[in-house]
Amino acid sequence: MPSLIPISAGLGLKPQHFADAKDCMAPGLWFEVHPENYMVDGGPRLRWLETIRRDHPLSLHGVALSLAADADPDPRHLDRLAALVDRFEPALVSEHLAWSTWQGAYRPDLLPVPRTAEALARIVANIGRAQERLRRPIALENPSHYLRFGQLEYGEVEFLTEIARRSGCALLLDVNNVFVSAGNLGDDPARTIDAVPGELIAEIHLAGHSADPLHGRRLLIDSHDAPVAPDVWRLYERLIARIGPRPTLIERDENIPAFADLLAERQRAHDSLVAAMPMAEAA
Amino acid sequence: MASELSAYQDAFARALLAPGADRDDSPVAGLTAQPGFAVYRNTVLKGCIDALAANHPAVARLVGDEWFRAAAAVYARETLPSHPTLLDYGAGFAEFLETFPPAAELPYLADVARLDRLWSSAHVAADAAPLDPAALASLPPSRMGAVRLRPHPAARWRWFEAPIYSIWSRSREGDGTIGELDWHGEGALLTRPFDDLRHLPLTRAGAAFLDACAGSESVEAAVLAALDVDAQADLAALIRQLLDAGALAALDPWISQE
Repeated sequence: MPSLIPISAGLGLKPQHFADAKDCMAPGLWFEVHPENYMVDGGPRLRWLETIRRDHPLSLHGVALSLAADADPDPRHLDRLAALVDRFEPALVSEHLAWSTWQGAYRPDLLPVPRTAEALARIVANIGRAQERLRRPIALENPSHYLRFGQLEYGEVEFLTEIARRSGCALLLDVNNVFVSAGNLGDDPARTIDAVPGELIAEIHLAGHSADPLHGRRLLIDSHDAPVAPDVWRLYERLIARIGPRPTLIERDENIPAFADLLAERQRAHDSLVAAMPMAEAA
Repeated sequence: MASELSAYQDAFARALLAPGADRDDSPVAGLTAQPGFAVYRNTVLKGCIDALAANHPAVARLVGDEWFRAAAAVYARETLPSHPTLLDYGAGFAEFLETFPPAAELPYLADVARLDRLWSSAHVAADAAPLDPAALASLPPSRMGAVRLRPHPAARWRWFEAPIYSIWSRSREGDGTIGELDWHGEGALLTRPFDDLRHLPLTRAGAAFLDACAGSESVEAAVLAALDVDAQADLAALIRQLLDAGALAALDPWISQE
């Protein structure tokens, strides 16, 4: 049986932290990995993940299903993802609102899609195919925006909400992405944080960002190479004060510190979640 | 007729690898000139280069980070990954290095890249029980010649006409210094009977023997193939080495039953 992700804080799991992670018994701790790193025939990686999974709930956070491409999701990639879902019984499966595979080539990035009715229909169909193959709903993550598109037919929240309503998927709200996007496009991040329907949010992501080396704070990069910024923590607390606690992940992919440092950051999210519990549950 | 989304994705994908302004009627006109477009260009290229570096650590250490990343960028622009599992990205990197002009003075680099790739593929290959020497010893001698030995699914080997194994293993281990080399051919054997990957030198006869086994030849034919490349080869020592290293997979059940 897939375990449920507890309404507590988790950590993105990096290979260099396997030994620490395996032995860590912090209450409510869960882990998230990119399934693409485990799409292998055999070997130690799968054994590591099995060891972790024995004692902790697991979330699979895909980066490469390319759901926003104007093409069906690659059936081989879906098969490999389905095999991992069957094997590890993750509590959550998520993906990005982005594309990366196009015309037979994969670009290791989360590429942006204009918010049009045509794109929306394609994305809803692609999520439908993925959910059918995986036999479960997925959660879709909001992107970081670096570009200003000319004419868009939907606002960001409207687009995400409509995709979720039509496809039956949930949303993974990345608060850092909201902050980075708002900074880059000159919007107020709190407006987005306040507008996403709480009942659609299955998971929250928190990560660090950095200023572009050339353009400074005018261009923020969703770099996952630093601790969560104070502004992002404030937005997070604002969000869970409104919608209640949700499973929350600390992501770190570059400039990776000691496991204990990440665990301390994770503890801060955990404390915020406990504080946001309704009184009856917290008691 | 192509959809607007397809036309946009065609143009965006092209612009990622081709710096410069787009024509006014391009579906990505107005996007590529924004500072944010460089974020995508940089991330895509960095992702490819990081994957090539992770898959070719001995090459990267031999040539240094700066040289490697510059060469990897040229390769990535020519050949993007074909699928998202980047663990095997760079299938053509060795061939690329063979004709890459700045690598002309390092003729061994392509073979070091080949050995790096064998290592990566052994790391993620299927699991299987290695052949138990007792199972082999229990076969009646009259049947031995007809038995087919299968290489373990995670075993990788190759014979090189230069001391590639020495260069590769010294580059990957210790302080990375290559030191003095005796310039002769060398084979390499990589095995992963359980989780830990091992590497060891392999004779030319050993490589021929394993090639024959991989081609479903009988032990008798594999022995002849080994003797064909080296009439002096010590076959008993070779088979012992392969068993010790876990380079062979368990016998098919029907063989031990008969």
